[in-house]
Amino acid sequence: MTDARDVIAARAAQELRAGEIVNLGIGIPNRIPGFLDPAVEVFLHTENGLLGVGHRPQPDELDLELIDAGKKPVTLTAGAALFDSAASFAMIRGGHIDTVVLGALQISETGDIANWMVPGGKALGVGGAMDLVVGAKRVIVTMTALTPDGEPKLIPTCTFPLTAVGVVKVVITEHAVFRFVDGELVLTELLDGATEAVVAAETSARYRVALA
Amino acid sequence: MAAKHLSAEQAIAEVKDGDTIMVGGFGLVGAPLSLTDALVEQSTATDLTIISNNVGEPGRGLGLLLRQGRIRKSIASFFTSNPEAVEAASSGALEYELIPQGTLAEAIRAGGAGIRGFYTPVGAGTDLAAGREQREIDGVLCVFQPPITADVALIYATWGDQLGNLRYRRTAQNFNPAMASAATLTIAEVAELCEPGGIEPESIHTPHLYVNRIVPSTLRLADVQGAGT
Repeated sequence: MTDARDVIAARAAQELRAGEIVNLGIGIPNRIPGFLDPAVEVFLHTENGLLGVGHRPQPDELDLELIDAGKKPVTLTAGAALFDSAASFAMIRGGHIDTVVLGALQISETGDIANWMVPGGKALGVGGAMDLVVGAKRVIVTMTALTPDGEPKLIPTCTFPLTAVGVVKVVITEHAVFRFVDGELVLTELLDGATEAVVAAETSARYRVALA
Repeated sequence: MAAKHLSAEQAIAEVKDGDTIMVGGFGLVGAPLSLTDALVEQSTATDLTIISNNVGEPGRGLGLLLRQGRIRKSIASFFTSNPEAVEAASSGALEYELIPQGTLAEAIRAGGAGIRGFYTPVGAGTDLAAGREQREIDGVLCVFQPPITADVALIYATWGDQLGNLRYRRTAQNFNPAMASAATLTIAEVAELCEPGGIEPESIHTPHLYVNRIVPSTLRLADVQGAGT
């Protein structure tokens, strides 16, 4: 695979377990359904009020009133359920979502996440990001290892405004899988032919190596 | 009391200068398009506080009201979809409050349910907790969120009956039920109106006691998608 985002999405798909309730963020996480093993049925939740997100609609299936949190059209799976925003976020905050997969701008070596604001940028919105990372039982971050300017994203301490403190469990880049084990950042897997030296060069956070 | 039936223009005439207005919808889906259009085109009410997940898009929905300079303050979770709103907020032209989406929804629900606020872990320890009370509950840092209420709620439902019972469709439900409960005057725009009893009682999402005015929907999503500049 040549597209880094597909490498990340394909690996993230393997993290999902049959029967899980999963919320996928916009960007790389949206590619995950294309890499899911058909034998692994997960139930996709979207915070604007739907459990049972199906595939993107064909033209004859398009329903303007049926969208995901990225405001893109979706379809319903058999057994889908619809609800209002307060109920949807009660599901999230109440710990009823097994896994959220989302992107990040920065992750700290203690599991802090910054993914809603670049100081001085043109965006002003947090949406459901804070609710999701605080409420989900497991937070998986999918992101390229470096910023477009070549700066590491997995760093000692976040410099951008935080989304939440110490909530991240897994970080997947195009070259590596990291896990937080008892609060410690651990490199557990190399991806797409990467070496430990490649990962070290693009990671400024401190981590332990425990390759499987 | 049963909801009064009015045109969008008549209902919007009840909005006054300085009012706080909740507007349903997630983007344009579930947004009260006819009521928003009437607010923009038929009303001169200004100095408004708008509570909505987004501030429309440039030149669409609430984005038009923003261009008219009639919004004093905006409470939302996501301004990014309207760069003009981001610009106005960043320059200080628009007073604003940014609230996590679930906290916004729950604060509105609490407002309608008589709950005088709640502590939530969402946003605790972040910039969005600045100026708010924070305390540890069972070892978890939480931030206090007061309830949110409004003078007027503008909401949309696909189905409604003459009394004001409402039923929403697909993901057009979003903020509408909570907002219907949290305003002094709730104006519901309805696409398909039926006689009382026309909606199965078990299928009613918003019972009519929350709804004060019923307005027929004259603008549909398909009419406005692609409009705007």
